[in-house]
Amino acid sequence: MNEVKIVLAGNPNVGKSTVFNCLTGMHQHTGNWAGKTVSNAQGRWKTDNLNINLIDAPGCYSLKASSLEEEVARDCICSPECEGVIIVCDGTCLERNLILALQILKHRNDVILCINLMDQVRKRAMKIDSDKLSEVLGIDVITTESSKKREMKHQLEKAVCKLLKGDTKKLVSADGYKEELLDSPEDTAKKAEEIADLVVCREKEKEDVSIRVDKVLTNPIVGFPVMGLLLLLVFWITIQGANYPSEALSKLLFSFEKPLYDGLMAVGFGESICNMIACGMYRVLAWVVSVMLPPMAIFFPMFTLLEDWGFLPRIAFNLDKCFKCCNACGKQALTMCMGLGCNASAVVGCRIIDSKRERLLAMLTNSLMPCNGRFPMLIAVITMFFAAESKLKGAVFITALVVMGILATFVLTKVLSETILKGMPSSFALELPPYRKPEIGKVIVRSVFDRTLFVLGRAVVVAAPAGLIIWVLANIDIAGSSLIMYVVDFFEPLGNIMGLDGVILTAFILGIPANEIVLPIVMMIYMSQGTLAEVNDLEFFYQLLVSNGWTYLTALNVMIFSMMHWPCATTLLSIKKESGSWKWAGISFIAPLMMGIGLCVITTFIYRFFL
Amino acid sequence: MKALNKMKIDEEGMVTKNLIENRRLQDLGVVRGTKIKCILRSPLGDPTAYKIRGAIVAIRDEDAQNVLVEVGLNE
Repeated sequence: MNEVKIVLAGNPNVGKSTVFNCLTGMHQHTGNWAGKTVSNAQGRWKTDNLNINLIDAPGCYSLKASSLEEEVARDCICSPECEGVIIVCDGTCLERNLILALQILKHRNDVILCINLMDQVRKRAMKIDSDKLSEVLGIDVITTESSKKREMKHQLEKAVCKLLKGDTKKLVSADGYKEELLDSPEDTAKKAEEIADLVVCREKEKEDVSIRVDKVLTNPIVGFPVMGLLLLLVFWITIQGANYPSEALSKLLFSFEKPLYDGLMAVGFGESICNMIACGMYRVLAWVVSVMLPPMAIFFPMFTLLEDWGFLPRIAFNLDKCFKCCNACGKQALTMCMGLGCNASAVVGCRIIDSKRERLLAMLTNSLMPCNGRFPMLIAVITMFFAAESKLKGAVFITALVVMGILATFVLTKVLSETILKGMPSSFALELPPYRKPEIGKVIVRSVFDRTLFVLGRAVVVAAPAGLIIWVLANIDIAGSSLIMYVVDFFEPLGNIMGLDGVILTAFILGIPANEIVLPIVMMIYMSQGTLAEVNDLEFFYQLLVSNGWTYLTALNVMIFSMMHWPCATTLLSIKKESGSWKWAGISFIAPLMMGIGLCVITTFIYRFFL
Repeated sequence: MKALNKMKIDEEGMVTKNLIENRRLQDLGVVRGTKIKCILRSPLGDPTAYKIRGAIVAIRDEDAQNVLVEVGLNE
């Protein structure tokens, strides 16, 4: 059986990735906002009768591409190499979706129309006559909903089999996309309207619940406070919830250290090797996993739930004016929010922004949002120094930090758009999709699972070698002082001006591969024996930091600097790849760093002068 | 006839003219004859969200001012 290529096409945010996952059994990330999928994803869809290479194209409104992702989608849809297109439509706004469908039908006839989100259609007391639509368009039309996966799969399989066997195949243009094939926008829109009027029936106009929610979330008075409170709630749950698993994990993991050491000794390794592996590598690993993992594993699913619910576009809607004042695109708010999850993937997500200049602004400022890898560090410092007695206070603190990150994003965006990235904001339109109930169970399982595996993988790949290197640096003496102390001494003066110290700066530099390991490195260097202490609770850690000269100022500046320094190595690579030049990666390294140094110097000055 | 961004919340109208060609809006189906309803205004006053062909889309004032609408045709 030959493999055939089939493309999933459609407007943004109609559930293409859900259909894709259902057919291929893969786990492409989904979210309730336009632009979630930015590059083609491919997957194998194999059944008794079919062997298909399924391509999930990014969403587009029209074949007349005006952005990078739309070009990718268009070339894919019109390619003669593919032997069929499944157009996925949002049943709740069929009319708009039909515009793209009509354009595609001008190019090819081997098309299936899949009206998705039928559950939403029913909820709004609407009816769609799919038989009539099939008759009018002359293609197969099926109706699906995301909660009925088996039925979705079955229907699509039947339709695709029919399509591949059928003789209706027709490709109008063998060279792919041709603009002259299309009707004028007015005519296409009019035709879509006529067809929609014919097949869609609204029993009664029912007011959308989404609009009522939006009236609150975008209210001039309570809009911003409500969003702030939601953020606060998320952090509060994160801090509160991470407490227990953190302790349990650390007890468990550190209990393996002694057996590991003894085991290595028994096998016959020398003492220094055993020390290196057990006290260097393993300790850092255990630390990263036990302290860093639980907050991540709690925050990330909650963030994903908000994303699936449809919260992100509302943030973009509320903040758009600020971005406009910075001559930037409102969709930057979306990528900024994605940065809370992971800066590297947010940088790739910047493809949703059409203009190159605005895309660069979004990429270069993204690391100012503290990513999931930095939250645990911030939470640990806040808990130790500012909010030992109350988790809620800790949540308030971290919310304030995120707000600071947002303000810093505006400032840097403005500065960049007035200097090296001058230009006027381009036009854009942002869709506010109806809120959808997230598949809670699936989100939690998937993001904990994905995230846990990812962090564990990264801990092994990054933290373990880093632990090794640090151990070596800390234990090789030259002229009576360890190698790492030379580095620390070198950065001491700068650290002093910034209200930090040489150790902290060294840790940040060694933490370039992954922000998760900064705090463990700080600890390790502070320990006189050159290895990470066996620390099971923050209280001991706190004593260690205080005895090494940490004050409130140090704690504050560590937080500021962790918010504003360089992006991690993965993010830097993404920026280089997405912008096509090391120059931009370099600027994304320098710009936030300057802000961080500047701010730390100012707070230090104020602290030392007035307090 | 007035510019799109001058519509009041919950007001309905029909697009009569695009003063400049805007590819983005065209793709979303904002062409002559499109019914449009003003739904929400951002807390900072701009952008505004409109119901266009069944979807809710936020458009900045700068872009909306180039779209002329006839209000009150639908009632």
